[in-house]
Amino acid sequence: MDTFIQQIINGLVLGSIYALVALGYTMVYGILGLINFAHGEVVMIGALTALTVIKLLANSGLPGVVVVLLGLLAAIPACMALGFTIERVAYRPLRHAPRLAPLITAIGVSIVLQQLAMIFWGRSYHAFPPILPTTGRDIGGAHIMDLQIVIVLLAAAIMAGLMLLINKTRLGRAMRATAENPQIAGLMGVNINTIISATFLIGSALAAVAGVMVSANYSIAHYHMGFILGLKAFTAAVLGGIGNLPGAMLGGVLLGLIESLGAGYVGDLTGGFLGSHYQDVFAFFVLILVLVFRPSGLMGEKVSERA
Amino acid sequence: MSTPMLEVRDLHVSYGGIAAVKGIGFEVAAGEMVCLIGANGAGKTTTLKALARLLPARGAIHYNGHSLLHRPPHALIGEGMTLVPEGRGVFARLTVAENLDMGAYCRRDRAEVGADLDRVYGMLPRLKERAGQLAGTLSGGEQQMLAIGRALMSRPKLLLLDEPSMGLAPIMVQKVFEVIQSVAAQGVTILLVEQNARLALSVAVRGYVMESGAITLTDTAPALLDDPKVREAYLGE
Repeated sequence: MDTFIQQIINGLVLGSIYALVALGYTMVYGILGLINFAHGEVVMIGALTALTVIKLLANSGLPGVVVVLLGLLAAIPACMALGFTIERVAYRPLRHAPRLAPLITAIGVSIVLQQLAMIFWGRSYHAFPPILPTTGRDIGGAHIMDLQIVIVLLAAAIMAGLMLLINKTRLGRAMRATAENPQIAGLMGVNINTIISATFLIGSALAAVAGVMVSANYSIAHYHMGFILGLKAFTAAVLGGIGNLPGAMLGGVLLGLIESLGAGYVGDLTGGFLGSHYQDVFAFFVLILVLVFRPSGLMGEKVSERA
Repeated sequence: MSTPMLEVRDLHVSYGGIAAVKGIGFEVAAGEMVCLIGANGAGKTTTLKALARLLPARGAIHYNGHSLLHRPPHALIGEGMTLVPEGRGVFARLTVAENLDMGAYCRRDRAEVGADLDRVYGMLPRLKERAGQLAGTLSGGEQQMLAIGRALMSRPKLLLLDEPSMGLAPIMVQKVFEVIQSVAAQGVTILLVEQNARLALSVAVRGYVMESGAITLTDTAPALLDDPKVREAYLGE
């Protein structure tokens, strides 16, 4: 039983991070119909930027929490600038090109960013300095760290804020209108380019937060961490129904839970033949199941009804 | 006669090398309701799309004396020119109230927008009843009303209406045209594109007849209604 609760906790933490990243994929898809495969690298660059600042300040005498916050505050604008630039340089010129062109470009951008990060930060793994309190609490035989509680609560608060932005503000209304029909939104006076840039800025800010969370939680960051993380978050977005924001959140949390429970029990289920390092199998197994049985995802809409 | 509100000269539009509009010219004076009639495929919708800058075009489009040819589409609504597109184009996944808000997207005068919203709801009470409903759940006629209401929220000086009767039951067509007439009565200039020639000519002051990308006939609406060629080709007589 304690394994079960422990894996639920781990799954929620992991799932919150997936959800933040999945939102970036789903928002861009909703507006441009593009899978931004470079999004995982934005997460990675957020993590490494924050970690660079955190390492610089680790021995400055500032409290650990403040240092991590400063790292986060450096990563957010860096990622926003990066996301904005990616769209302007790589995707905007291909706005009216056949769909395959921006998709391949996205993969190219991903490779370029990974290589640049490797040149800049090196091939080695960067350890997260042990400056955060390691306190935690026990729940039903399982242990949850305060850091993990903060990750889940912060992710939930950010997602609630995003939903308010999308559903209640003028910008959010314009984003939804553009996602549904960019041409008509343009007729209403919406500058589509502004909306697309805003989408990339918001998604990249979420990616920065997720990057710091993931490196703090696993105490490590490296130049190729964005690839698998991005692929899993994309899986989460597809699981929830790509283009659908609540779907991305649900998909993220579900995928985190599935993966963690899978990792917790795979050894017992296979009599020790497969170990917990097979956890990646579950995410992609889920992706295959969704694509086969429910390609529109759990909350995805059928083809939109246009009059 | 003073400068017309909208003046189109030698307008050419083509789709990948195929000419859809072949050098047409027409004008609409302030306060007028003018209709553009013609068969399916004559180039009427293409003309409106070119005016709204949704299609690249050659020629001259002058609105209140200045050229629109190089303005981006999203700049036009701020100048008082609003298109109600063919097929209505309401945002199906936004509520009725949100759709109307989108019409006022470019406006900053919140108090005036509120007053206009009351006016639109007064004119189209069905929309008020359904304010919180998703626009995709409305009937075709209600969606057409919403599309017109949304355009009115931008306080248009010139309203371009593309096939407002298309796909509607006769009773709804009648209601939609009552709304169009009351909008015109409030002083909004209207360019109406319609396949239903009889209906369009019964509400408009003047008309242009379009055929295979060219304007072949123009006159006052009553004269067109009496014209033997129009009667034979478009009124089914």
